Amino acid sequence: MITVRINGQEESFTAALSVSAFLEAKGYRTDRVAVEKNGAIVPRREYESCLINDRDTLEVVSFVGGG
Amino acid sequence: MGDIRITEEEMRQALNGRHTEGVQSRISAARVAVAGLGGLGSNIAVSLARIGVGRLHLIDFDRVDVTNLNRQQYFADQVGMYKTEALRENLLRINPWLELRTDCLRVTEENAAALLRDDMYICEAFDDAGNKAMLVREVLEKLPGTYLVAASGMAGYGDGNAIHTRRVSSRFYLCGDETTEAAAGRGLMAPRVALCAAHQANMVLRLILGER
Repeated sequence: MITVRINGQEESFTAALSVSAFLEAKGYRTDRVAVEKNGAIVPRREYESCLINDRDTLEVVSFVGGG
Repeated sequence: MGDIRITEEEMRQALNGRHTEGVQSRISAARVAVAGLGGLGSNIAVSLARIGVGRLHLIDFDRVDVTNLNRQQYFADQVGMYKTEALRENLLRINPWLELRTDCLRVTEENAAALLRDDMYICEAFDDAGNKAMLVREVLEKLPGTYLVAASGMAGYGDGNAIHTRRVSSRFYLCGDETTEAAAGRGLMAPRVALCAAHQANMVLRLILGER
Protein backbone atom coordinates (compact mmCIF):
# COMPACT_ATOMS: atom_id res chain seq x y z
CA MET A 1 0.00 0.00 0.00
CA ILE A 2 1.28 3.47 -0.85
CA THR A 3 -0.07 6.86 0.17
CA VAL A 4 0.29 9.81 -2.19
CA ARG A 5 -0.69 13.44 -1.78
CA ILE A 6 -2.62 14.52 -4.91
CA ASN A 7 -3.67 18.15 -5.28
CA GLY A 8 -3.52 18.48 -1.51
CA GLN A 9 -5.54 15.31 -0.73
CA GLU A 10 -4.11 12.02 0.51
CA GLU A 11 -4.92 8.96 -1.58
CA SER A 12 -3.90 5.31 -1.28
CA PHE A 13 -2.97 2.82 -3.99
CA THR A 14 -2.19 -0.88 -3.72
CA ALA A 15 1.32 -0.44 -5.21
CA ALA A 16 3.58 2.06 -6.93
CA LEU A 17 2.22 3.01 -10.36
CA SER A 18 3.31 4.97 -13.41
CA VAL A 19 2.05 8.48 -14.09
CA SER A 20 0.24 7.21 -17.20
CA ALA A 21 -1.47 4.40 -15.23
CA PHE A 22 -2.51 6.95 -12.62
CA LEU A 23 -3.89 9.39 -15.22
CA GLU A 24 -5.78 6.63 -16.99
CA ALA A 25 -7.24 5.31 -13.73
CA LYS A 26 -8.47 8.80 -12.86
CA GLY A 27 -9.92 9.45 -16.32
CA TYR A 28 -7.58 12.33 -17.24
CA ARG A 29 -6.77 13.08 -20.87
CA THR A 30 -2.97 13.02 -21.03
CA ASP A 31 -2.84 15.67 -23.77
CA ARG A 32 -4.67 18.18 -21.55
CA VAL A 33 -2.76 17.85 -18.29
CA ALA A 34 0.41 19.11 -16.67
CA VAL A 35 1.75 16.90 -13.88
CA GLU A 36 4.26 17.92 -11.23
CA LYS A 37 5.81 15.28 -9.00
CA ASN A 38 7.50 16.54 -5.85
CA GLY A 39 7.62 20.03 -7.35
CA ALA A 40 9.15 19.10 -10.73
CA ILE A 41 7.25 18.89 -14.00
CA VAL A 42 6.99 15.41 -15.49
CA PRO A 43 7.59 15.58 -19.28
CA ARG A 44 4.88 13.80 -21.27
CA ARG A 45 7.42 11.39 -22.79
CA GLU A 46 8.15 10.15 -19.24
CA TYR A 47 4.56 9.34 -18.22
CA GLU A 48 5.13 5.61 -18.85
CA SER A 49 8.46 5.38 -17.03
CA CYS A 50 7.93 7.82 -14.16
CA LEU A 51 6.76 5.92 -11.07
CA ILE A 52 4.64 7.34 -8.29
CA ASN A 53 5.95 6.02 -4.98
CA ASP A 54 4.90 6.14 -1.35
CA ARG A 55 4.75 9.69 0.07
CA ASP A 56 5.16 11.41 -3.28
CA THR A 57 3.34 14.67 -3.82
CA LEU A 58 1.51 15.17 -7.12
CA GLU A 59 -0.05 18.25 -8.63
CA VAL A 60 -2.26 17.53 -11.62
CA VAL A 61 -3.63 20.49 -13.55
CA SER A 62 -6.22 19.56 -16.15
CA PHE A 63 -7.02 22.29 -18.67
CA VAL A 64 -10.38 23.10 -20.23
CA GLY A 65 -10.72 24.97 -23.54
CA GLY A 66 -11.45 28.67 -23.92
CA GLY A 67 -9.49 31.87 -24.10
CA MET B 1 -4.46 57.47 -35.64
CA GLY B 2 -4.82 61.07 -34.41
CA ASP B 3 -1.99 63.46 -33.65
CA ILE B 4 -0.11 62.72 -30.45
CA ARG B 5 0.08 65.84 -28.32
CA ILE B 6 2.07 64.39 -25.44
CA THR B 7 5.78 63.60 -25.16
CA GLU B 8 7.52 60.44 -23.98
CA GLU B 9 8.70 62.37 -20.92
CA GLU B 10 5.13 63.37 -20.06
CA MET B 11 4.03 59.74 -20.32
CA ARG B 12 6.94 58.64 -18.12
CA GLN B 13 6.06 61.24 -15.49
CA ALA B 14 2.38 60.30 -15.59
CA LEU B 15 3.19 56.61 -14.97
CA ASN B 16 5.63 57.51 -12.19
CA GLY B 17 3.02 59.81 -10.66
CA ARG B 18 0.36 57.12 -10.64
CA HIS B 19 2.52 54.15 -9.67
CA THR B 20 5.44 55.80 -7.82
CA GLU B 21 8.96 55.80 -9.22
CA GLY B 22 10.27 52.68 -7.50
CA VAL B 23 7.34 50.57 -8.65
CA GLN B 24 7.42 51.99 -12.17
CA SER B 25 11.13 51.34 -12.62
CA ARG B 26 10.50 47.64 -12.00
CA ILE B 27 7.49 47.55 -14.33
CA SER B 28 9.43 49.38 -17.04
CA ALA B 29 12.32 46.91 -16.80
CA ALA B 30 10.13 43.79 -17.09
CA ARG B 31 9.86 41.51 -20.11
CA VAL B 32 6.57 39.70 -20.49
CA ALA B 33 5.47 37.26 -23.19
CA VAL B 34 1.83 36.78 -24.10
CA ALA B 35 1.29 33.51 -25.97
CA GLY B 36 -2.06 33.68 -27.76
CA LEU B 37 -3.73 37.01 -28.59
CA GLY B 38 -7.41 36.10 -28.29
CA GLY B 39 -9.80 37.04 -25.51
CA LEU B 40 -7.25 36.43 -22.78
CA GLY B 41 -4.07 37.58 -24.50
CA SER B 42 -5.38 40.79 -26.06
CA ASN B 43 -6.84 41.87 -22.72
CA ILE B 44 -3.69 40.93 -20.79
CA ALA B 45 -1.58 42.88 -23.28
CA VAL B 46 -3.76 45.99 -23.00
CA SER B 47 -3.50 45.95 -19.18
CA LEU B 48 0.25 45.48 -19.24
CA ALA B 49 0.70 48.15 -21.92
CA ARG B 50 -1.31 50.66 -19.89
CA ILE B 51 0.89 50.22 -16.81
CA GLY B 52 3.99 50.60 -18.98
CA VAL B 53 5.53 47.13 -19.00
CA GLY B 54 8.89 47.66 -20.64
CA ARG B 55 8.93 44.94 -23.24
CA LEU B 56 5.96 42.93 -24.42
CA HIS B 57 6.39 39.86 -26.61
CA LEU B 58 3.17 39.14 -28.51
CA ILE B 59 2.66 35.76 -30.18
CA ASP B 60 -0.20 34.50 -32.38
CA PHE B 61 -0.56 32.96 -35.86
CA ASP B 62 -4.16 33.96 -36.48
CA ARG B 63 -6.06 36.85 -38.08
CA VAL B 64 -8.81 38.96 -36.51
CA ASP B 65 -12.23 37.46 -37.25
CA VAL B 66 -15.65 39.05 -36.83
CA THR B 67 -16.48 36.41 -34.18
CA ASN B 68 -13.57 37.71 -32.05
CA LEU B 69 -15.11 41.15 -31.54
CA ASN B 70 -17.43 40.01 -28.70
CA ARG B 71 -14.46 39.80 -26.33
CA GLN B 72 -11.11 40.55 -27.91
CA GLN B 73 -9.39 43.94 -28.00
CA TYR B 74 -9.71 44.53 -31.75
CA PHE B 75 -11.93 46.77 -33.87
CA ALA B 76 -14.30 46.11 -36.78
CA ASP B 77 -11.92 47.81 -39.23
CA GLN B 78 -9.18 45.32 -38.20
CA VAL B 79 -11.01 42.15 -39.28
CA GLY B 80 -8.69 40.20 -41.57
CA MET B 81 -5.44 41.66 -40.11
CA TYR B 82 -2.95 39.45 -38.32
CA LYS B 83 -3.60 39.74 -34.57
CA THR B 84 0.05 40.56 -33.94
CA GLU B 85 -0.20 43.58 -36.26
CA ALA B 86 -3.65 44.70 -35.11
CA LEU B 87 -2.66 44.51 -31.44
CA ARG B 88 0.62 46.30 -32.10
CA GLU B 89 -1.39 49.13 -33.64
CA ASN B 90 -3.79 49.27 -30.69
CA LEU B 91 -1.12 49.10 -27.98
CA LEU B 92 0.90 51.85 -29.64
CA ARG B 93 -2.19 54.06 -29.60
CA ILE B 94 -2.26 53.57 -25.80
CA ASN B 95 1.47 54.19 -25.41
CA PRO B 96 3.53 55.02 -28.53
CA TRP B 97 6.81 54.41 -26.68
CA LEU B 98 6.28 50.75 -25.80
CA GLU B 99 8.87 48.24 -26.93
CA LEU B 100 7.03 45.41 -28.67
CA ARG B 101 8.24 42.18 -30.21
CA THR B 102 5.73 40.28 -32.33
CA ASP B 103 5.93 36.73 -33.64
CA CYS B 104 3.24 35.72 -36.10
CA LEU B 105 3.51 31.95 -35.80
CA ARG B 106 2.01 28.87 -34.20
CA VAL B 107 3.62 27.84 -30.89
CA THR B 108 4.54 24.15 -30.86
CA GLU B 109 6.35 21.68 -28.64
CA GLU B 110 9.35 22.13 -30.97
CA ASN B 111 9.63 25.94 -30.92
CA ALA B 112 8.15 27.01 -27.56
CA ALA B 113 11.30 27.04 -25.43
CA ALA B 114 13.45 28.84 -28.03
CA LEU B 115 10.72 31.38 -28.71
CA LEU B 116 10.30 32.33 -25.03
CA ARG B 117 13.87 32.12 -23.75
CA ASP B 118 14.30 35.90 -23.34
CA ASP B 119 11.08 36.40 -21.39
CA MET B 120 11.06 36.19 -17.60
CA TYR B 121 7.25 36.23 -17.29
CA ILE B 122 5.08 34.14 -19.59
CA CYS B 123 1.29 34.32 -19.96
CA GLU B 124 -0.39 31.24 -21.40
CA ALA B 125 -3.40 32.67 -23.24
CA PHE B 126 -4.35 29.98 -25.75
CA ASP B 127 -7.85 28.77 -26.53
CA ASP B 128 -7.25 25.05 -26.99
CA ALA B 129 -6.86 22.88 -23.86
CA GLY B 130 -4.16 20.70 -25.42
CA ASN B 131 -2.10 23.74 -26.41
CA LYS B 132 -2.45 25.19 -22.92
CA ALA B 133 -1.14 22.01 -21.32
CA MET B 134 1.66 21.72 -23.89
CA LEU B 135 2.94 25.24 -23.20
CA VAL B 136 2.84 24.69 -19.45
CA ARG B 137 4.82 21.45 -19.75
CA GLU B 138 7.41 23.01 -22.09
CA VAL B 139 7.95 26.16 -20.00
CA LEU B 140 8.22 24.32 -16.70
CA GLU B 141 10.57 21.71 -18.13
CA LYS B 142 12.82 23.81 -20.35
CA LEU B 143 12.79 27.39 -19.05
CA PRO B 144 13.99 27.45 -15.44
CA GLY B 145 13.99 30.90 -13.92
CA THR B 146 10.79 31.96 -15.66
CA TYR B 147 7.35 32.48 -14.16
CA LEU B 148 4.27 31.13 -15.87
CA VAL B 149 0.72 32.42 -15.45
CA ALA B 150 -1.82 30.18 -17.21
CA ALA B 151 -5.61 30.16 -17.47
CA SER B 152 -8.34 27.53 -17.48
CA GLY B 153 -12.13 27.93 -17.29
CA MET B 154 -13.73 31.31 -18.09
CA ALA B 155 -16.57 30.56 -20.54
CA GLY B 156 -20.18 31.68 -20.17
CA TYR B 157 -21.71 34.13 -17.72
CA GLY B 158 -21.47 32.21 -14.45
CA ASP B 159 -20.39 33.67 -11.13
CA GLY B 160 -17.63 36.21 -11.60
CA ASN B 161 -16.28 35.41 -8.15
CA ALA B 162 -15.55 31.82 -9.24
CA ILE B 163 -12.61 33.18 -11.26
CA HIS B 164 -9.56 32.98 -9.00
CA THR B 165 -5.76 32.90 -9.05
CA ARG B 166 -3.87 30.10 -7.35
CA ARG B 167 -0.22 29.22 -7.00
CA VAL B 168 0.20 25.65 -8.23
CA SER B 169 3.94 25.54 -7.53
CA SER B 170 6.87 27.91 -7.11
CA ARG B 171 6.88 29.23 -10.72
CA PHE B 172 3.41 28.27 -11.91
CA TYR B 173 0.17 30.18 -11.29
CA LEU B 174 -3.29 29.32 -12.63
CA CYS B 175 -6.25 31.68 -13.16
CA GLY B 176 -9.87 30.88 -13.99
CA ASP B 177 -12.67 28.82 -12.48
CA GLU B 178 -10.81 25.67 -13.64
CA THR B 179 -14.00 23.98 -14.84
CA THR B 180 -16.14 25.97 -17.29
CA GLU B 181 -15.17 24.90 -20.79
CA ALA B 182 -16.28 26.81 -23.88
CA ALA B 183 -19.11 24.84 -25.49
CA ALA B 184 -22.23 25.29 -27.63
CA GLY B 185 -24.62 27.44 -25.60
CA ARG B 186 -21.81 28.44 -23.24
CA GLY B 187 -19.62 30.66 -25.33
CA LEU B 188 -16.76 32.93 -24.40
CA MET B 189 -18.02 36.40 -23.50
CA ALA B 190 -16.23 39.67 -22.82
CA PRO B 191 -16.91 40.13 -19.09
CA ARG B 192 -15.74 36.77 -17.77
CA VAL B 193 -12.86 36.42 -20.22
CA ALA B 194 -11.70 39.92 -19.29
CA LEU B 195 -11.98 39.03 -15.58
CA CYS B 196 -9.70 36.05 -16.11
CA ALA B 197 -7.28 38.11 -18.22
CA ALA B 198 -7.17 40.74 -15.48
CA HIS B 199 -6.32 38.02 -12.95
CA GLN B 200 -3.44 36.97 -15.17
CA ALA B 201 -2.20 40.52 -15.74
CA ASN B 202 -2.43 41.28 -12.02
CA MET B 203 -0.50 38.12 -11.14
CA VAL B 204 2.25 39.09 -13.58
CA LEU B 205 2.36 42.55 -12.01
CA ARG B 206 2.58 41.04 -8.53
CA LEU B 207 5.46 38.82 -9.63
CA ILE B 208 7.27 41.77 -11.23
CA LEU B 209 6.95 43.61 -7.92
CA GLY B 210 8.28 40.68 -5.89
CA GLU B 211 4.99 39.32 -4.50
CA ARG B 212 4.76 35.53 -4.49
